[in-house]
Amino acid sequence: MTTPTVTKMSAKEVTRFIIGKEALFILDVRNEDAYQDWKIEGEGIVSINIPYYELLDEIEPALKQLPPEQPVLVVCAKEGSSQFVAEQLAEAGRKDVFYLEGGMKGWSEYLEPVKIADLSQGGELYQFVRMGKGCLSYMIISEGEAAIIDSARMTDAYQQLLADKGAVLTHVMDTHLHADHISGGRTLAAKYDAQYHLPPKDAEEVTFDYTKLVEGSNIVVGKEEIIVQPIYTPGHTIGSTSFIIDDQYLLSGDILFIESIGRPDLAGLAEDWVGDLRETLYARYKQLPEHLMVLPAHFASPSELGEDGRVAGQLGVLYQHNPGLHIHDEEEFRRTVTENLPPQPHAYQDIRKTNMGKLEPDEDTQREMEIGPNRCAVHDN
Amino acid sequence: MNHDKLVDATGLACPLPIVRTKKAMNELQSGQVLEVHATDKGSKNDLSAWAKSTGHELVSDTEENGVYKFWIKKG
Repeated sequence: MTTPTVTKMSAKEVTRFIIGKEALFILDVRNEDAYQDWKIEGEGIVSINIPYYELLDEIEPALKQLPPEQPVLVVCAKEGSSQFVAEQLAEAGRKDVFYLEGGMKGWSEYLEPVKIADLSQGGELYQFVRMGKGCLSYMIISEGEAAIIDSARMTDAYQQLLADKGAVLTHVMDTHLHADHISGGRTLAAKYDAQYHLPPKDAEEVTFDYTKLVEGSNIVVGKEEIIVQPIYTPGHTIGSTSFIIDDQYLLSGDILFIESIGRPDLAGLAEDWVGDLRETLYARYKQLPEHLMVLPAHFASPSELGEDGRVAGQLGVLYQHNPGLHIHDEEEFRRTVTENLPPQPHAYQDIRKTNMGKLEPDEDTQREMEIGPNRCAVHDN
Repeated sequence: MNHDKLVDATGLACPLPIVRTKKAMNELQSGQVLEVHATDKGSKNDLSAWAKSTGHELVSDTEENGVYKFWIKKG
């Protein structure tokens, strides 16, 4: 008897299904709480949840719920249980059975690079889409120099692109002190001897040296080719800063998303920052040219993924369609951004402390701290 | 806490801690207590969810130096 084969599917391959809106059936075998909290989503994805421990003796309950003839991807937290269940399915005669390489941990850590544009002076702008967590980060490359904005904890994908382009990292910036993920900014800055820029009002308690992001003090990438213009836009945090690149692109951090707006409560000062958030969204951003392409630091729903997986939207169009920009009554705005908010991201207080340098958890703990969705928007589920 | 049987699942990854626990549980009588040691971080949530779904009771659990200990009373 030959052993039935099951195939490992990488996070990159799953990403192809999501971006292409292709059909994929997922059997998620984590426990119910973990599944309810956070799962793989996409317009072509259908998933069901049966915990692996209910399938140890017999695989029949799962077989009954699988669609006939369709490939099945089994998913668990780390990999082992999904491989076990996938093998049971294959032994029972199912064809095209896959399991997710690295499980949801691997899924949380995968970054998909998407080229956004060629810049006017010959540079390039890339967006890195962290599919599993909804985090977005950016790289600007010009004349052999590069800058990274809102870096994820995992820096391999950036290092790969830097090597491919033969570029040296000179600047690393975070739009704000992140509460949903651990910034890779400090690690990258140290590795490449680059400058690490942070908004000073968010960085009052940090334990390491950094360069202050100041409005009007532009950052140059590549021999005065690409100008990155910081603008002070408080609200999600008191220091939140946006960047305008090449007069075309507005990196809005966690202030403005494609289908929602940032929440002001993750540093415990929601009531204090409501006014700042409103001022930024309804006055400061309003004065910017409508043609700017908004490139946020997060997305919450697969519906925000555009062509080739990019997350972007024109500022003028967002002013027409984003529900967060249509709350004209101030009191209603205050209620929307302070009440009935989604749960806060996991371990967000420890994540903030880690980003300040006050905590130094080991890699395994950092990974655990980041498990789950980002939940930085007002309208997240 | 007293136990009637001990499962050492330290160093084992999912699904083995639950596979071993389940097998050991089959050898116990209702009301007897199984002690389980594991190092897999996911084992806490999975074992308590498993116990709940199978009618066993997770009586107590501790964590010390990365080793999780569970006491499960057979239902």
